[in-house]
Amino acid sequence: MYSLKIIFRNACRHKLRTFLTILGIIIAILAFGLLRTVISAWYAGVDASSASRLVTRNSISLVFPLPVSYQEKIRQVKGVKTVSYGNWFGGIYIDEKNFFANYAVEPKTYLKLYPELVISSDQKTAFLRDRKAAIAGRKLAERYGWKIGDVITLKGTIFPGNWDFVIRGIYKGRDQSVDETAFIFHWEYLNETLKKTVPRRADQVGFYMIGLTSPNLAADVAVKIDETFKNSLAETLTETEKAFQLSFISMTEAIVIAIQLVSFVIIIIIMAVVANTMAMTARERISEYAVFKTLGFGGFHISGLIFGESLLITMIGTVLGIVLTFPAAKVFSKELSAYFPVFNVAAETIYLDIVMSFLIALMSAIFPTWRAIKIRIADGLGRIG
Amino acid sequence: MKIPFSYSLRNLWTRRLTTFLTISGMALVVFVFAAILMLAEGLQKTLVDTGSYDNAVVIRKAAGSEVQSGVERLQASIVETEPEVAIGPNGKPLLAKELIVLITLPKRGTNKPSNVVIRGISESSMMLRPQIKLVAGRIPRPGSYEIVAGQSIAKRFKGGGVGETLRFAMRDWIVVGIFDAGNTGFSSEIWGDIDQLMQAFRRPVYSSIIFRLGDSSEFEIVKSRIENDPRLTLEAMRETRYYEKQSEMMAKFLRILGVSLTVIFSLGAVIGAMITMYAAVANRTGEIGALRALGFQKGNILTSFLIESLLLGFIGGSIGLFFASFLQMLTVSTMNFQTFSELAFTFSLTFKIIYEAMAFSLIMGLVGGVLPAVKAARMNIVEALRAI
Repeated sequence: MYSLKIIFRNACRHKLRTFLTILGIIIAILAFGLLRTVISAWYAGVDASSASRLVTRNSISLVFPLPVSYQEKIRQVKGVKTVSYGNWFGGIYIDEKNFFANYAVEPKTYLKLYPELVISSDQKTAFLRDRKAAIAGRKLAERYGWKIGDVITLKGTIFPGNWDFVIRGIYKGRDQSVDETAFIFHWEYLNETLKKTVPRRADQVGFYMIGLTSPNLAADVAVKIDETFKNSLAETLTETEKAFQLSFISMTEAIVIAIQLVSFVIIIIIMAVVANTMAMTARERISEYAVFKTLGFGGFHISGLIFGESLLITMIGTVLGIVLTFPAAKVFSKELSAYFPVFNVAAETIYLDIVMSFLIALMSAIFPTWRAIKIRIADGLGRIG
Repeated sequence: MKIPFSYSLRNLWTRRLTTFLTISGMALVVFVFAAILMLAEGLQKTLVDTGSYDNAVVIRKAAGSEVQSGVERLQASIVETEPEVAIGPNGKPLLAKELIVLITLPKRGTNKPSNVVIRGISESSMMLRPQIKLVAGRIPRPGSYEIVAGQSIAKRFKGGGVGETLRFAMRDWIVVGIFDAGNTGFSSEIWGDIDQLMQAFRRPVYSSIIFRLGDSSEFEIVKSRIENDPRLTLEAMRETRYYEKQSEMMAKFLRILGVSLTVIFSLGAVIGAMITMYAAVANRTGEIGALRALGFQKGNILTSFLIESLLLGFIGGSIGLFFASFLQMLTVSTMNFQTFSELAFTFSLTFKIIYEAMAFSLIMGLVGGVLPAVKAARMNIVEALRAI
């Protein structure tokens, strides 16, 4: 108890310095938390995808389509429950800056496969009934102020022309990890138009989504599907949805690694700042430590004082930093929703924050402590000017 | 009468540990700052060098990139007859109809798949891009299953070296040459005969047309003629502009990241410098008093302390830049969000970056040192002398 009081008093001795150090820690923890959140946002698509769904695409690469006739063949494979298919549409809304994912899908099966897209039943019926209908995610609708019944025009990049859609529904995510910025419409609409404009591109889909009777069958079913189409003009590559999403991320791995490195660099920088503060503190109090030693206190006690102070300062900064992370993430989430549809502060981020702050506190106190313990009493007292 | 420079220098030396910690914090900040600038610069270089100003790229309207574009054969022939197209030494127009497709290939070592651009080339393709040189092997013979790979493909992808084979589109393709495209995006591409590739991929249409302008200033004329021709659904762009547009998203992302990181990091470093300088002032109260008593002016004290913090910034900046210069050996490869294809670029250090990073570190030193220096200069002489 008494020691705590001393630690607290010591920390308050140099108010300005302590304040600046705490400020530095707040900034560092805030930055660290946000960078970590960026990384988890990067992986959000993977976290939200399930292991009991498969994605089948052309084995050459995503830009090559598959015939729509594969649907029936895939459905016959043992272990397959539902088959849905779709195309990445890549349409632009007004301006290229307004980026959001838009897909043309077979709506009935798609909604069955993705129960995490929550949509009211009357909106769902309206969406299924109208071939020009589309549903948009809640965040997306909020971003552009879309209401049910609005007509939206997308400019096609892959499929030329201007495409009109009527918003018939707005879906919500079942939980936080669901992307609420997607735009989904009828594949039929796309296909009928293509039949008129570019007939050679009709009746082709970009990918199949496959629901399984049981997740344990994933590997077998994937192999079976690929075998079915081996040596055909359009060979397939089937993997779980998780693996499919991961393959995208592994291509941008360099960026993720860079952000990870940078997030640790900031911790090292703040370590230098805190260590600096602690070194000064110890330097100023060398004579006091000598007095402590004269009175018979051991090295353990002195090191406790220094570690305690370092820990106290770091913890105050960390707690404030963590508290500030949440509103900051909210602001970021709004600003960067085109890049990161899902931007939530994960619990792991907070744990990491705490681990890092302990590390900062310990690393910063080591050197001064070693000095304080090593000092000979006579030398320490001799310093009193 | 000025306080000698060596006074500031020796003061830093007296408290070595503190000085070292402050400087290393600053060096790290400058390192990151320089690294981000170098990355953005490298990306810019790659993209701008990829295109040449006198070339025009023609793609389908609103396609945005070659990968998504499709140009019908008939339309391509119409573009070929435009009078602004330059004529090559062989008497044929300097125009290439090209096919661009993405395929997925496994990387060497990790076996991780990544997207690679395959470009079907016509006979003028090489001539249109003078920056490309063959460094090993030879150019593929027309009408054969032979391909040439860019240097970064040869290095990083399985089966990309000379004499090796790559399998795609249900065939084996022999790599007969490696080309060096310097720092351009072409280094991450594989080139082969367009007719063979179109057959293999069953693509009845070209992706893009690229031609050299006979007279560079006539670009606007040919652009408006192509875009207003009722038979064509195409748009024309200068090649440099086209490649800039390809990476706008990436460049913007790097910019946002760079600015926000720099702001946060510099705050941390400034705080570190401030703590150090305040401590320096507090420790030397007696000295400051003595200096004032000897007749040094307030301004001299201020300058001397500012010089000290500027020194911190300068040394930190130099160390940071020294380490950042080693980054030039690294190549970063990532996926371009807009084209979904592999893009490799290097960190590039320019004089402008050196000078910006140095200015940045000096400013950090200055901002960190101003308040403490003012505090030192405004001390009351009598009070200060008591501290001795």
